[in-house]
Amino acid sequence: MINMQPYQNPTYFLYLLVGLLPIMIGLLYGRRFKVYETIISFVFLVLTFGGDKWMQGVSIIGYLICELILIFAYLHYRKSKNSTGVFIGAVVLAILPLVLVKLTPFFAWQHLSLFGFLGISYITFKVVQIVMEIRDGTIKELDFKGVLHFLLFFPTISSGPIDRYRRFIRDYDQAPKQEKYLKLLGKGVFYIFLGFLYKFVLAYLFGVVMLPYVSKMALASGGISKWLVAYMYVYAMDLFFDFAGYSLFAVGTSYVMGIETPMNFNKPFIAHNIKDFWNRWHMTLSFWFRDFIYMRLVFFMMKKKLVKSRITMANIGYLTLFLIMGLWHGLTWYYIVYGFYHAFAIIICDAWLRFKKKHKKQIPSNKFTEIFAIVLTFHVVCFSFLIFSGFLDTLFFR
Amino acid sequence: MKETVLDILANITGDDEVREDLDMELYESGILDSMATVEMLLELQMQCGIEVPVSDFERTEWDTPNKIIAKVESMG
Repeated sequence: MINMQPYQNPTYFLYLLVGLLPIMIGLLYGRRFKVYETIISFVFLVLTFGGDKWMQGVSIIGYLICELILIFAYLHYRKSKNSTGVFIGAVVLAILPLVLVKLTPFFAWQHLSLFGFLGISYITFKVVQIVMEIRDGTIKELDFKGVLHFLLFFPTISSGPIDRYRRFIRDYDQAPKQEKYLKLLGKGVFYIFLGFLYKFVLAYLFGVVMLPYVSKMALASGGISKWLVAYMYVYAMDLFFDFAGYSLFAVGTSYVMGIETPMNFNKPFIAHNIKDFWNRWHMTLSFWFRDFIYMRLVFFMMKKKLVKSRITMANIGYLTLFLIMGLWHGLTWYYIVYGFYHAFAIIICDAWLRFKKKHKKQIPSNKFTEIFAIVLTFHVVCFSFLIFSGFLDTLFFR
Repeated sequence: MKETVLDILANITGDDEVREDLDMELYESGILDSMATVEMLLELQMQCGIEVPVSDFERTEWDTPNKIIAKVESMG
C-alpha cells in the first residue's frame, strides 16, 4: 500500500484536488457533505499513516482512544464537580504520551518509540486546550464526531496551525454563505500557490542548494567565521520559508474546505521587537502558550497574591513559558538554551518598553529608529535560530 | 460602569491617555499586553463582578476602551 506525507510532492496535491472537488462543489451550492468529508479525511489519514508507516497508524489509534476516554470522562466529572487536583491530573494524563515520546531519544528506550507518530504534539495541544476549556466552563458540551474531526483535521494534522475547538466547530457545523465561500476559495488557492513559491522554490534554494554548502564551509573554517554568519542567515531563511510554506498549504487547504484555520505567520521579519516577533511567528503555537500557560500562570499568581511585584510575575511567566517551549522542542542543550535566550530577550524587551514609556519625551522615534529596531530584532531572532539549529553543537562539540 | 472601566484601564496602564481616545487600539499599540489583560480581568471580577475565563478572552473583542465598556455592560 502506498504512503504519502502531507504536501510533499505534486501527486499529493493532485489527490488533494480530486478529493476536495466534491466538497468544493457542495460548498459552492451552500451545502456541506459531512459524510463525504469524513470518508475523504479517513482516506488522507490512511495515506499518511498507512503503508510502511502502519506502526504510526496503530499508535495514533491507541493514542486517540486514551485521549478521548480522558476528555469525555473529565467532561462527565466536571458536570457535577470541579476539583483542582482532578483538573491537574487530567492535564498530566493528556500530556503523558507526548512526554514519553519526547523522553525516548534521551534515555534511548527503543521500544517506547513505538508510541510516536507524526503530529502527536499538535493533537496534544488540542486535547489540553479542550481539557482547560472544560475546566473554565467555556466548553460545556462536546460532540463526539466533532471532537474527532477537530483532533484529526487532516490538512493540519502534521504540524498545525493549532485551531481552537469552539472556533473549528462553528465552521464545521455549517456551510459558509456562497459569497463568503467564493472569497475563501480564492484566498485558499492563492495561499496554496504562495506555498509552492515558499516551499518548493525559496526553501529549496536556501535549504537544499545553499545550506549544505555554507555548512561545509563553516565546518572547514572551524570556530567563528564568516561562513558561520552565512549559515545563520541561510538557516533562518530556510526555516521560515519551509514552515511558512507548509502553513500556507495547511491554511489554504482548510479554506478550500470552508474551514478558517488561523494563520501561522504574519511577516515575522518586520517585527519591531521580540514581543512583536512572537505575535507574528508560529502564531498559533505562541498564542497557545500565551493563553494556556503564561496567562493562566500569571492569573493564578496574581489571584493568590503569590508574588508582589508585577514585573517579577511577568518574568516568572516568560521563563516558564519559554523553558517549556524549549523542552517541547526536544531534550538537548541547544533547545533549552534557545528557550532561555528568548525568555531573557523578552524580559529585556519589557524593561526597555517600561523605560521608553517613562522617558517618552527624551527618546527619539522616527524612521531611522524604526528601521534600527527591525534590523536589531531580526538579528536577535536569527541568532536564536542558529542556537536552535543545533549547528553550534556540531561545530564545537562533535 | 463606564467610569469604573476607564479607572481600571488608567490604573493598569499608568496613563490617562485611555480616557482621551475611546477608540484607540490597545493591543497593537502595546498599551495592553497579556500581563495587563490578566490584571484587567481580575479587576473586572472584583469591581464589576463579571467573570471572563482566560480561555474565553478574544483579543479582537476587547481591543479598544469602547469595546471593553460595551463588553462589560453587556455582561454586567
